[in-house]
Amino acid sequence: MDGTSIGWLALPLAILGGAIRVSTPFIFVSIGELITEKSGRINLGLEGTLMLGAMAGYAISYLSGSPWLGVLSAGLAGMAFGLLHGLLCSVKRVNDTAIGISLIVLGTGLAFFLGKPLIEPKAPPLPSIALGFWSSVPRMRAALDVNALFFVGIALAFVVYVFLNRTGWGLMLRTVGDSEDAARALGFPVLRVRIVATMAGGILAGIGGSFLSLSYPGSWSEGLSSGQGIMAVALVIFARWRSINALGASLLFGGAGALGPALQGIGVTGYYYLFNAAPYILTLAIMVASTSRAAPFADAPGELKLHR
Amino acid sequence: MSSISGIESVPSNPLGNAAQLSVALPVLAVLLASAIFAAFVALYGQNPATVFGLIVQGGFGSSFAWQDTLSRAAPLVLVGLAVAIPAQAGLVIIGGEGALVLGGLAGAVVTLPFAGAHALPMQLLMLLAGGLIGGLWFGLAGVLRQYRGVNETISSLLLSYIGIAIFHHLTEGLLRDPASLDKPSTHPVEPSYMLPVMPGVGVHAGLAVSLSLATIAHVVLRYTRWGFALRVVGGSARVARMIGLAVNRWIIGASVVAGGMAGIAGAIEVAAVQGTANSSLIVGYGYSGILVAFLARHQPLAIVAVALLIGGMQASASLLQRRLGLPDATMLVFQGLIFVCVLVADAIAQQLRETTRR
Repeated sequence: MDGTSIGWLALPLAILGGAIRVSTPFIFVSIGELITEKSGRINLGLEGTLMLGAMAGYAISYLSGSPWLGVLSAGLAGMAFGLLHGLLCSVKRVNDTAIGISLIVLGTGLAFFLGKPLIEPKAPPLPSIALGFWSSVPRMRAALDVNALFFVGIALAFVVYVFLNRTGWGLMLRTVGDSEDAARALGFPVLRVRIVATMAGGILAGIGGSFLSLSYPGSWSEGLSSGQGIMAVALVIFARWRSINALGASLLFGGAGALGPALQGIGVTGYYYLFNAAPYILTLAIMVASTSRAAPFADAPGELKLHR
Repeated sequence: MSSISGIESVPSNPLGNAAQLSVALPVLAVLLASAIFAAFVALYGQNPATVFGLIVQGGFGSSFAWQDTLSRAAPLVLVGLAVAIPAQAGLVIIGGEGALVLGGLAGAVVTLPFAGAHALPMQLLMLLAGGLIGGLWFGLAGVLRQYRGVNETISSLLLSYIGIAIFHHLTEGLLRDPASLDKPSTHPVEPSYMLPVMPGVGVHAGLAVSLSLATIAHVVLRYTRWGFALRVVGGSARVARMIGLAVNRWIIGASVVAGGMAGIAGAIEVAAVQGTANSSLIVGYGYSGILVAFLARHQPLAIVAVALLIGGMQASASLLQRRLGLPDATMLVFQGLIFVCVLVADAIAQQLRETTRR
């Protein structure tokens, strides 16, 4: 340990810094999935959207030199995929789980195909804001370098909360998700609301993906997402379809995901893979603890079919 | 779309037309997917005719291509069954990859303590160990669903990631062969224990195992009370309980059998192809299994046909890469397009059957 050693603080600090980094994509993709599920649809395909967003964001950032343009195009790519999911699932009797899985295949396929030339070049990354400016310890400053998207994500959770609970459009979305019959009786355009909600979910998942390639880990590779898009579905269930809870759950998952790298950073390497699996184990444990056989999804939107 | 509304307005023989449509629509769907794929490769500056020619040539154009296709189809049949069997009971289980890699790991290490034994019991032991571990892994998803109300789609997927992590942990730690330097692997399976290549076919015996299991699944699901009971459970758990079926046992049993199939697929990959368990086992069999099962509408014999098609497509990927410099993911794009189009066509066909029956 050198002169700037921070001793036992290193681990909690590494986890905190890591949690902030790792949780950011979770925040976007889970709030996106939450908006979609609030409309009564489930989009398992966000995994593919995330990959496509990561690829598109990286490509445009590389070509234009502007990472924010990359984020924008990632959102647009995600929106296109959300639109596709929304339209496909509007066909009567179509199985939305299966459509979601097929869009994972298509989305990752497109991302890998178009992203093949992007593995080598270096795109300009998203800038980060040094929160630890007050600290004289470089490692603490480094751990608290936070991307601006993290703050956008936090704001998003509150904006979505207000949108869902305090606005007319939010009420319409919730009505469509809770009872199709009631929504029709009130004259709400059910299909249109669901398509728009799925598009909104796609935009956010795409932006979450662009964070992966443009900030952390910060390059385009084919192993980038490792299931975060699908974990969002579990996360929304855990958050009981509330956006502020989804923010908290994302931070928790991010913390779990940061455990492996943080331990490796202080020299504990023996259980690297098992600690990397911590978010999945945590998700499973939480799902086991938070559901019950009698009423598995008590707070779920009425039209959402998690067991068919 | 105009042809569909045209059919609906024909009053004379609506059922016959609907039956024809339910065959014609998936074919149309594959054609549509091919057309979109053709446009995609054309945009990328490739001649679609050349691409399709190479796909046929690389998958089915020579006896070598057929051998490649058939040995790829062997695990695909099993991971397809791993999705299709629980689907009969109304379960959407998609984490086949985890059960497959753990089954492969079990197959790779189970015979290590036995040097110089007879080959056949050792081969059976490998398959059995793979099936057992895979069955336990999926069974867990069934148990969690029935006793805790945990959505099996998500739990099986999480279990898949956890299984892969355990696989990495063990192949890079406790079970690692120190001689495997750049690619951490288990100690190699004794060469005499490996599944033999079937004479005349030129493909390993794992193909025969998976075809037999598909046939057994077909007979059991279609012609026995077990298959019927499973479908009743899938149709309505309430009705199933009313007629005295132990729903929990059926659901968990179906998950265990399905996981066993995926585990055997992993053991076959180790015992017939790789000779050791390492990260080469992780190539996305989980998603392929879902694709195969859904395209085959969860029918075991159709799974064999679809697995051949997908196996051939995957086999041709390397030819596309060599000749045209197209990335591996090209076939993933094609598969995704086919999947989307067939699903939508299937939904439209179902809808038509309902409207014409009324």
